[in-house]
Amino acid sequence: MIKFFLMVNKQGQTRLSKYYEHVEISKRTLLETEVIKSCLSRSNEQCSFIEFKDFKLIYRQYAALFIVVGVNDTENEMAIYEFIHNFVEVLDEYFSRVSELDIMFNLDKVHIILDEMVLNGCIVETNRARILAPLLILDKMSES
Amino acid sequence: MALKMVKGSIDRMFDKNLQDLVRGIRNHKEDEAKYISQCIDEIKQELKQDNIAVKANAVCKLTYLQMLGYDISWAAFNIIEVMSASKFTFKRIGYLAASQCFHEGTDVIMLTTNQIRKDLSSPSQYDTGVALTGLSCFVTPDLARDLANDIMTLMSHTKPYIRKKAVLIMYKVFLRCPEALRPAFPRLKEKLEDPDPGVQSAAVNVICELARRNPKNYLSLAPLFFKLMTSSTNNWVLIKIIKLFGALTPLEPRLGKKLIEPLTNLIHSTSAMSLLYECVNTVIAVLISLSSGMPNHSASIQLCVQKLRILIEDSDQNLKYLGLLAMSKILRTHPKSVQAHKDLVLQCLDDKDESIRLRALDLLYGMVSKKNLVEIVRKLMSHVDKAEGTAYRDELLTKIIDICSQCNYQHVTNFQWYVSVLVELTQLEGTRHGHLLAAQMLDVAIRVKAIRKFAVAQMSALLDSAHLGAGGPQRNGICEVLYAAAWICGEFSEHLQEPQQTLEAMLRPKVTTLPGHIQAVYVQNVVKLYACILQQKEQAAEPEAAQDVTQLMVERLPQFVQSADLEVQERASCVLQLAKHIQKLQAKGVPVAEEVSALFAGELNPVAPKAQKKVPVPEGLDLDAWINEPPSDSESEDEKPKAIFHDEEPRHAKPRPPEAEEEELARRREARKQEQANNPFYIKSSPSPQKRYQDMPGVEHIPVVQIDLSVPLKVPGMPVSDQYVKLEEERKHRQRLEKDRRRKKKKDKDQKGRPRRHSMLHTESDEDVAPAQRVDIVTEEMPENALPSDEDDKDPNDPYRALDVDLDKPLADSEKLPVQKHRNAETTKSPEKEDVPVVEKKMKKPRKKEKKHREKERGKKEKGKEEKEGEDLDFWLSTAPLPAEAPAPEEPGVDAVIAAAKEEGEEPRGAGQGDEDGAEDAERNPEQKSSKHKKKKHKKEKEERTKDKKKPKKQQPPAHVQLLPPRRELLH
Repeated sequence: MIKFFLMVNKQGQTRLSKYYEHVEISKRTLLETEVIKSCLSRSNEQCSFIEFKDFKLIYRQYAALFIVVGVNDTENEMAIYEFIHNFVEVLDEYFSRVSELDIMFNLDKVHIILDEMVLNGCIVETNRARILAPLLILDKMSES
Repeated sequence: MALKMVKGSIDRMFDKNLQDLVRGIRNHKEDEAKYISQCIDEIKQELKQDNIAVKANAVCKLTYLQMLGYDISWAAFNIIEVMSASKFTFKRIGYLAASQCFHEGTDVIMLTTNQIRKDLSSPSQYDTGVALTGLSCFVTPDLARDLANDIMTLMSHTKPYIRKKAVLIMYKVFLRCPEALRPAFPRLKEKLEDPDPGVQSAAVNVICELARRNPKNYLSLAPLFFKLMTSSTNNWVLIKIIKLFGALTPLEPRLGKKLIEPLTNLIHSTSAMSLLYECVNTVIAVLISLSSGMPNHSASIQLCVQKLRILIEDSDQNLKYLGLLAMSKILRTHPKSVQAHKDLVLQCLDDKDESIRLRALDLLYGMVSKKNLVEIVRKLMSHVDKAEGTAYRDELLTKIIDICSQCNYQHVTNFQWYVSVLVELTQLEGTRHGHLLAAQMLDVAIRVKAIRKFAVAQMSALLDSAHLGAGGPQRNGICEVLYAAAWICGEFSEHLQEPQQTLEAMLRPKVTTLPGHIQAVYVQNVVKLYACILQQKEQAAEPEAAQDVTQLMVERLPQFVQSADLEVQERASCVLQLAKHIQKLQAKGVPVAEEVSALFAGELNPVAPKAQKKVPVPEGLDLDAWINEPPSDSESEDEKPKAIFHDEEPRHAKPRPPEAEEEELARRREARKQEQANNPFYIKSSPSPQKRYQDMPGVEHIPVVQIDLSVPLKVPGMPVSDQYVKLEEERKHRQRLEKDRRRKKKKDKDQKGRPRRHSMLHTESDEDVAPAQRVDIVTEEMPENALPSDEDDKDPNDPYRALDVDLDKPLADSEKLPVQKHRNAETTKSPEKEDVPVVEKKMKKPRKKEKKHREKERGKKEKGKEEKEGEDLDFWLSTAPLPAEAPAPEEPGVDAVIAAAKEEGEEPRGAGQGDEDGAEDAERNPEQKSSKHKKKKHKKEKEERTKDKKKPKKQQPPAHVQLLPPRRELLH
């Protein structure tokens, strides 16, 4: 099960956070700083899995942005690692060459994409077309 | 109405939207907190307006602020307002905010029940979808109970989009409301065979999670999952199913036997590393469950180890890490097969990545034997030297101790060597594990009698050098070792060469800088030493020397009497009085040694840590019975406040004017605290100041003056464990020679036939290494008639415990989920529902009834089916060599996977989404051929697109997935 999904930049600013199990708001900021700190302390030569408290962090870095997924011990690390890339590819397709600003300005839409892909801590959809379908309909709705 | 709309949109033009907010925050880097609090004020104004668009916009901004760490729970009611908007564009904003900030403690959540129910039954699949998504984040036990039936109905929705989501939400519903599991289970099971692969995958996910906690209830589904595993081409689903099997096999070894073949086929064929890794893991689980060590499975374990070796040797650190992780699982049951790869593991110890080194250390733990222990520990010691000042070094230290002490020092043949290793480790600066070393020293010295003399000599050297005391009073610091050293020297003082010298060392003024609990041990053991010296002197008839020792005690002990530590002080004053008394007796020429030694007569034996727990309760003793009359309930309730605050109470009742002011003050204080708490930029007092210090960035920049140590840190006279390596080699060699000689003699006696084969026999096995000295390791004492059982106490609060129910039992009427009456839905009918075609609504009613009817029938059928199923499972499992019909569907299934995997090619290492494409195509055109054709074409396109980005293996984003900075620059 995925416990949380984070996008944090190198400066430690959270760009997206989604918790699949409730975490108090005050603890969230603390957790996020700890998470990004442990990610930043690692170099390219190190593996992308970190044992962190009682769960595991799987992260990937895209430019200045880290995508970090916290999972419990039932998740396949490699699958999540690929999933993160899958997620970025979807973002890239929707925003065509996605940047950090796209994510900030369209937080709600990124959430829709993520919600289509992960539900209740499980990966539900990995097909790009099907993930983007609801969002495209929504865009049409707001245009008209 | 129209006017209002226009007014609203004009209003909106002046409002900030999310983009403006984000931009604003970026432009106010200096006074961000102030800017945001200003924004929150604006948002509060916006939320007061009637216009739903304005409100939705405000809530959208709040969601962003919540992500930045601001508490927005005060807006919960407004969020619910936006959730109930009729327009989907607003509704989704409301649900998003709710999913981010609502939780079980949110009280307004109970207001949402009807709204959510309405959205769930909305004709628009997206309304339903957004409600389901939101629900997954904030479902409470109440919501779960009230909506379970609605969600269950949605599991059979016509749209796979809804079915898929409903199935997944059911997992959260089960957790919150365990009663829902049994009624909903048949339908969940049905979904495993849903025509839509997405729904299927969702159902697999849910059952996999459920089965992980209570596997035995799901064993009956094994044949179905087996079928899915051999037919599915979706790697995501395969991973989950294989994981599920990993949870099931420990319960049913026959299942494991059946799984081995398809799994090994997958291992051979798949190109997706994630799947390979999962297969290996499950094969390991299977082999563990088949503990009987069947010979024909050594091939599969070999295969696993080989594949893992490939992973570990890969340049990709991720694979390396996973390989080591899986390897450690094999190690537990098949240490021999892993030990063959010791070279590889030792190599990983030099890796740049700390997490990989730690994994390798874990593996080493199981790889040691009597033969290679010394060598491995020497290697680790050299790493200890290299890894100065890191957490990794502490980890190394604990691992060295773990490795040596495992299984009651099973692998240690030479305890002198081990004690030297421990002493050598005390020379580490700044480790946190002094207490670990101390515990080991004590354990070895107490339990290995033969080593005491050596240990005492080492410990007295430690006390003498006392370089350890210089570290300052850090808790758990290396000075903890002195605790052990002092105790060992005192308790086994008869082995000391120079007791007088040690006594003086223990009475040095410097000792008073040590932590209190260590000083206390010093004081206590000084007396033991003193007793020992007295005895020696009296036996040697040197009364003057004995008096000198007493004089020394009387002179030095006052420094401990002045200690701030209560324990030290108390012990020291006792001992001081004792010494003074002895001094008087000695002055009269009375021999005292006998009596002083009697203080410490008898031997201390090691007691097992669990001993206390194991003492059986004597017959006839009821620990829960009241010893005195139990107080009556009514009394106990008001007794407490009366007893303590009886006098104060009347005073409190009087209204006092000054208190009102205090209240006002308290209120303000509270408000201020609240404000600070909400502001993430306000530095709060952290629970552990030490931790904060560690977390501070830039600690590295504090200049550290290098201390020039002209004096070598090596303590003179200390043993170096390395010397034992040589000794060990020699000893082994000698032993071998002797054995050879013996053998030869035997041989000569037997016959002089085959001299060549003799040299072949020259294999070393563990048993060949005889211990250096005869040691008997004293086992820890246990109480008489202790029970051998080792019951682990389960956590009664485990939420998954409630889900441990028999799923095959037929449903009782009382267990049926409460069905919402239609009246309710109709009364809450809102205007936006009016545009729903009437036909739809009419259709719904009968359909629901039908369903109920069908359900009942199914329930009846189920009864008959259950028994049959149980037999089926047995039959299915008992056909150990696969039955004639079984392999037929299996093989092509596996082949199909291979084909798909090979064809794929483009996603060589991941759980391919290419599979997903295939699945989708298959769904659209049932004919295999056209789909294959399409797939190929699709793949080619994709391949071209992705060719360039697949090459960089790790972390480098594909060329076009860069999060580009230029646009940001424009905005600066």
